[in-house]
Amino acid sequence: MTRALTGAELAEAIQRSFPSSVVETQREAVVVAREAVRDICFYLKESPELDFSMLTSVTAVDYVDYFEVVYHLVSLSRNQSAILKARAPGRADPWVPSVVPVWQGADFQERETWDLLGVRFDGHPSLRRILLWDGFPGHPLRKDFLEFDHRTVPAATEPQGLS
Amino acid sequence: MLPTQPYMVNMGPQHPSTHGVLRLRLVLDGETVLDAEPVLGYLHSSKEKLQEEHTYLQTIPITDRMDYLSAMNNNLGCALAIEKLAGIQVPERATYIRVIMSELQRIASHCFAQGTLLQDMGAWGTPLMYFLYEREQILDIFEMVCGARLTYNYIRPGGVSQDLPPEFFPLVRKFLAEFPAQLDDYERYLKDNEILRARTVGIGVFPRELAINASATGPTLRASGVPWDIRKADPYCCYDRLEFEVPVGQRGDCYDRFMMRLYEMRESLSIIHQALELLPPGEWKAPVPLVIRPQPGDAYAHIESPRGELGYYLVSDGGASPWRFHVRAPCFINLTALRDLLVGHKVADVVVIVGSIDIVMGEVDR
Repeated sequence: MTRALTGAELAEAIQRSFPSSVVETQREAVVVAREAVRDICFYLKESPELDFSMLTSVTAVDYVDYFEVVYHLVSLSRNQSAILKARAPGRADPWVPSVVPVWQGADFQERETWDLLGVRFDGHPSLRRILLWDGFPGHPLRKDFLEFDHRTVPAATEPQGLS
Repeated sequence: MLPTQPYMVNMGPQHPSTHGVLRLRLVLDGETVLDAEPVLGYLHSSKEKLQEEHTYLQTIPITDRMDYLSAMNNNLGCALAIEKLAGIQVPERATYIRVIMSELQRIASHCFAQGTLLQDMGAWGTPLMYFLYEREQILDIFEMVCGARLTYNYIRPGGVSQDLPPEFFPLVRKFLAEFPAQLDDYERYLKDNEILRARTVGIGVFPRELAINASATGPTLRASGVPWDIRKADPYCCYDRLEFEVPVGQRGDCYDRFMMRLYEMRESLSIIHQALELLPPGEWKAPVPLVIRPQPGDAYAHIESPRGELGYYLVSDGGASPWRFHVRAPCFINLTALRDLLVGHKVADVVVIVGSIDIVMGEVDR
């Protein structure tokens, strides 16, 4: 049975190395300051007593006042899981650091979150839309995205990327 | 001598070997892949947004449409997440029915994956028809149980929609009696088949470290030598009471990924055998209100679908519909490292590598 680290256990582990970055300790998760997300993830991955070698899932939730990015981590060697969260306030340019340098598995998931929710992942090697096309107006999973006029949506263009 | 230069080729979205509408932009030097990028979204239907306008019970049929080759598993993952969020207890009989159904679905899904992969490798028609014949038998069983062949809407929050009919048991036992011999035949024909080995051994090697780092799951991860199976690592339903092995590959190439599915089908048969023996009598569905209003909060539930870890992350604001409904789609995430697998191989191998990862575009694009 995968042992889910409680919020308190994970917060204690994080506070050992990042004393001031825990914002809130929940029952199953820890909310950390967004500036420290990448460093904390590096630490959680590299620290031998935690060894969170795999990032299961990255996604975000629109709570209107802020966006909450949720990381589900799992340690294959210890069969432990943990949930890390970070909050990005504002609707104009919510951002969190990208964790692609830590886990390559975040690549497409962060692009999807950017595409559908408009959370910018700072430092992502190529943060482009992935499911919708370049030029699509807005980010459809946001709560204030209600409808769009099909006649005015620009047609799909060739994705940029390869040369 | 003529000068040469790299050129770009679109593979898909209409291509018989991309299993749907996957489009790959390949930069080629002659026949060799220099760079590759999957272009997704041709089947995007905004299912996550759609779920936010439905009650929790209504979300189940929409999950059927994601991974349409393993809809039972989609139902199961979604039901588990809703049960976790709302604190619903499931009757014992329902957990066994769920396991029987999801393992039958795994066999059906793996049959389709094996058949189409062999088709992609040039074994036109025959193997696909044999595997589809096996899959049809399972679809007939499903049709008998819930009335549908692809989109079941069978596993619901609190249990399953209806009990197994009495005719179900002889039919499943007949399948369980006949399929192992077929599986032995397939293994004998395919395991040491020279053409199959020539096309798959050493092709598309997914190194262990990269597979973990790129969040690959399911047979794709296990072929690379990581014994990680949610059914074993974090048992749900009644898997902790059943005995089965987790097959693990060594090289992580297309051959290993292919063989993983053959071996897993055998384990699934054993699981169904045990679950049928242990199937307790009793209720098959807990009394769950039609409109579920969970307490505000979030829940993540995951299952081992035929393609990997299928996770559902649900957020409730206390209302009748989910505030956020996120699906951790294994097919989508398994594609993350596709470029690393493709670069350096020939165009003909691209087809085999994509086929061996076993993607379903309905789930990739959602």
